[in-house]
Amino acid sequence: MATVELINVSKSFGSVEVLRDINLSLEKGKFVVFVGPSGCGKSTLLRMIAGLEDITSGELRIDGQPMNEVLPAKRGIAMVFQSYALYPHMTVFENMSFGLEQAKLSKPEIEARVQDAAKMLQIEGLLDRKPKQLSGGQRQRVAIGRAITRDPRVFLFDEPLSNLDAALRVDTRLEIAALSERLPDTTMIYVTHDQVEAMTLADRIVVLNGGIVEQVGSPMDLYESPASEFVAGFIGSPRMNFLKGGVAEAHGAATYGIRPEHIALSDERGDWSGRVVLTERLGSDTFVHVEVKGVGPVNVRVEGRADFASGETVYLSPDPASVHLFDPQGRPVVRSVTP
Amino acid sequence: MKPGIWQRIGFYAIVIVIVTQAVFPFYYAILTSLEDGQALFEVNYLPKALNLTNYRAMLAEGVFGKQMLNSVFVASVVVVVSLFLAVTAAFALSRIRFRGRGLLLLTVLSVSMFPQIAVLSGLFEVIRFFGLFNSLWSLVFSYMIFTLPFTVWVLTTFMRNLPVEIEEAAIMDGASSLTIIRRVFLPLMWPAMVTTGLLAFIHAWNEFLFALTFTSTDSQRTVPVAIALVSGRSEFEIPWGNIMAASVIVTLPLVALVLIFQRRIVSGLTAGAVKG
Ligand SMILES: Nc1ncnc2c1ncn2[C@@H]1O[C@H](COP(=O)(O)OP(=O)(O)OP(=O)(O)O)[C@@H](O)[C@H]1O
Ligand SMILES: [Mg+2]
Repeated sequence: MATVELINVSKSFGSVEVLRDINLSLEKGKFVVFVGPSGCGKSTLLRMIAGLEDITSGELRIDGQPMNEVLPAKRGIAMVFQSYALYPHMTVFENMSFGLEQAKLSKPEIEARVQDAAKMLQIEGLLDRKPKQLSGGQRQRVAIGRAITRDPRVFLFDEPLSNLDAALRVDTRLEIAALSERLPDTTMIYVTHDQVEAMTLADRIVVLNGGIVEQVGSPMDLYESPASEFVAGFIGSPRMNFLKGGVAEAHGAATYGIRPEHIALSDERGDWSGRVVLTERLGSDTFVHVEVKGVGPVNVRVEGRADFASGETVYLSPDPASVHLFDPQGRPVVRSVTP
Repeated sequence: MKPGIWQRIGFYAIVIVIVTQAVFPFYYAILTSLEDGQALFEVNYLPKALNLTNYRAMLAEGVFGKQMLNSVFVASVVVVVSLFLAVTAAFALSRIRFRGRGLLLLTVLSVSMFPQIAVLSGLFEVIRFFGLFNSLWSLVFSYMIFTLPFTVWVLTTFMRNLPVEIEEAAIMDGASSLTIIRRVFLPLMWPAMVTTGLLAFIHAWNEFLFALTFTSTDSQRTVPVAIALVSGRSEFEIPWGNIMAASVIVTLPLVALVLIFQRRIVSGLTAGAVKG
């Protein structure tokens, strides 16, 4: 059964329409990620589910009940903000208990819930501290803890990792994944513009672009069969190579897309020949940027180490099964058989 | 680089000039208040004798105590009411979107543009109309005219700088607007409120023109007017000793308040720059 349903939801700020006819049905207990470029309306959509923004038209339902007019606190949702939004003058304990106090829970009940959440997030030792005495990662946990204590049906995250440094970001990402395992009945909705976060965390990814839903699917669905050129370019790292002109026309398409990991590189023979422009060595992988004659710049991923000098001639062979073809509108073209 | 000897001398010279300019008049008032009779008219810069007759005379004179209380009452009520109205107004002006918000803010500010003397006669009519003449409430009412624009503006600006997400977190936590103001905003706004409250207090405490116009009997006067109207035994004698003693007495509450709240004031003035 779906917990969160959006039916023809639109949002306008004044005369500017930022979201158009969103139809989504998010299953209970799933981890859903909204991903898309900056300004595409991810936060706005999340805030409408939270009740912090009005819904201009359309309907929002949670567990089958219409929620458009229900107060945020009564929707059974909790939100973790990008800036954490802890109350600076309250201790960690008070931060976590404030919502429960508003819900008029008894003292022992509040105490028990806060302790449970604190134990789950390993912040028991911090309960007496003020937010400014915590590190960024600890604040993040408190913000998540505050959300957990409310025992929500739906958990909303708006770019919760963007204020953390790279190493901590990976750790926290794993913890959020573990958290969703531990709360199997809670639906998680997570906003990010980082496709790696989306790929690693999500059961389902919703790709938004310019106020509309481009595609909904599991991470591998989106990776393997993107429904548009935009999705193909957005999902996967490094980015898919998009080639125009002759190669594409030969296949009856406007754009020929091939991921860097689906091209074989050889120094003896191949379908295309080109000159190495630049190599990026990441240790586990090497990205070789090649200027292919008559085709254009192509990025190739080589596993492990690869040493090429700039200007060296190399041969590339794209895997025919992994080619994506798009028409001028960016819609996929039914793939022809020959490469 | 260390400042040279001349730079340092110059620096301290300037400090001395500034301190003297600020403190000397008050020092001289204290000095005068401790002198009596003919000694008053001899120019001297160090106390010769500690003579408290002026203070005794002022405090023994029945009305002065009452006038002190009047001042305390008026200034306190003005501060409490202004802060209450300003906090609620600031919440609306900074956090609720409505038509004409910018215009309203400008209007509030423009009220403080008029010189007191320009509104005096109109205000006098209003106060008579409400039957407040010669009542302390006339002062409470009229002092709001200059304390409110100032407190509303400062608190609105301050509240705007508080992160919206904190408020949204409180909304998600199920807090009502009043709870948000009371439990989330007020604790964060204490420094700003202490600062603006204190300035409003000082303003109300020192105000002269309205107090002179809207009260007519000794027992309803506030201290600044009372001091100006202290009269001597004859028409030609100005009792400087008593006046100075009274001036020192009225200054003390302000000094005490500033000392008590000084740490809050400093943090209030810089609060905008530091984020929680
Ligand atoms: N209060 C508002 N008034 C007017 N326009 C707004 C408002 N909030 C957002 N917008 C507009 O709506 C669009 C979507 O904004 P939103 O914050 O949802 O983007 P986003 O996808 O979260 O982007 P980012 O990744 O940068 O956070 C933007 O074009 C933005 O300018
Ligand atoms: Mg956003």
